[in-house]
Amino acid sequence: MNAFFSYLVHGISVGCGFALVASGIIIVYRVTRVVNLAQGMFSVVAGFAAATLLGVGLPHGVAELAAIATAALVGFLTGCVAIGKPGTNPQASLIATLGVGVFAYAVEVLTWGDQPRSFSGLSGSYDLWGIDVPKQYLLITLVTLVVFGALEAFFERTYAGKALSACASNPYAARLQGIGVVRMGLYGFALGGALGGVAGVLLTPVQPISYDSDVPLFVNGFASAILAGLKRPVLGLLGGLVLGIAESMVAGYAKASYQSSLALLLTLAILIVQATRREALHAVEE
Amino acid sequence: MIQVESLSVQYGAATALDGVSLSVRAGEKVALIGANGAGKSTLLNALSGIVAKKAGTIRIDGRWAHVPEGRQLFPELSVDDNLRLGAFRVSDRNPAWIYEILPELARLRRQRAGSLSGGQQQMVAIGRGLMARPDVLAIDEMSLGLAPIIVQQLAAQLMRLNSERGLALLLVEQSARLALSLCDRAYVLETGRVVAQGAAAELLDSPFVERAYLGGPLEASP
Repeated sequence: MNAFFSYLVHGISVGCGFALVASGIIIVYRVTRVVNLAQGMFSVVAGFAAATLLGVGLPHGVAELAAIATAALVGFLTGCVAIGKPGTNPQASLIATLGVGVFAYAVEVLTWGDQPRSFSGLSGSYDLWGIDVPKQYLLITLVTLVVFGALEAFFERTYAGKALSACASNPYAARLQGIGVVRMGLYGFALGGALGGVAGVLLTPVQPISYDSDVPLFVNGFASAILAGLKRPVLGLLGGLVLGIAESMVAGYAKASYQSSLALLLTLAILIVQATRREALHAVEE
Repeated sequence: MIQVESLSVQYGAATALDGVSLSVRAGEKVALIGANGAGKSTLLNALSGIVAKKAGTIRIDGRWAHVPEGRQLFPELSVDDNLRLGAFRVSDRNPAWIYEILPELARLRRQRAGSLSGGQQQMVAIGRGLMARPDVLAIDEMSLGLAPIIVQQLAAQLMRLNSERGLALLLVEQSARLALSLCDRAYVLETGRVVAQGAAAELLDSPFVERAYLGGPLEASP
């Protein structure tokens, strides 16, 4: 039973990390209808940047915030490439984000080398009802909850949040209201970058990152986002938690190497279900 | 209020508008009629700055709002949010006055715009346009797909806004009879050119317009 709870705790914190990556994917999609394949890269950049900044003596907190800001800037630049030209269709932008992600490999290897890096997060653990909960796990979970609370409030309660949503909901109508759709899309990418950055600085102490860590991060984040139907960040949190816990259980009770296959299988299953449902809908409409 | 001179718009090799001149004066009701593909929506999109012009001049004094063809709401957002987003360019974003003019929307305010009926959606679209506090409101194909009784109600509201608040109207319609019966003046557009213009009443009686756009004498009037 004790093993079960420690898998659960691990699963929740890992799932929170997935959820943060998912929230970036969801927000970029929500504002631009682009699936951002470079989303995992934002976390990698933030993780590396935080490691470097801590290495040159910046205190914890400052270094992580600076790394998140860096990721936001990278997100903005990715947006410029992907959607900067007005009228670019989302499929073309998707390929552009893939290009940016591959290009980033080169930059990352040149800047930080090809070895995994890490830095220490919070050390020690709490004993909660007899379960050993590492402090860093708790930090990940708390930050994730705060971030999702803020996102929900921003998109559901604020005018700026509604205007961002309007851009993807109906870009033509948004332009008629005077909303700068490209500018809003770039804000979306910057926000996506920042969220990826938050995931990166939180997860790196738990799981060392290397330049190609973006792939597992993206796969798991995308699976969580798909679980959420790519629409609401809060559902992405649920998706991330489900996936994180499931993977942790699989790794604990079966074999660790099965966990990423689980994310891929889940993604595939959901995509197939959604595709058939969409076809059924079309059939009804026709 | 609106002054368009020799406006031309090109889509690739195709000419959508070819030397169109048109004006709308303050408080005036102007109809723009023509068959599908005549360039009516292109003209509105050019006035909204959505499509680039190739030649000519556009001058708009005062605020302009454009209610596009097919309503084009934000379907996932609530009626209230749709209305508020119409005020993106202005500082007053309180939709209370829209609920007074279009009371039916008040009870729908929390509903998703995508879940409404066609007539209700058109009301939201017009309300969203009004939220920009326009001096001129352009409405593209208001009557399309709506029951005649709904169209009459919407038209009555617009006539009131025109007479009470001096709102100028530019009504773009395939349904020429409706637009001509509501407006003071009209332009007839055909393959990107103005082929006829004048007082709405005169055009309504002209055999040319009747033949081309009313589908012969008296088809079902809205």
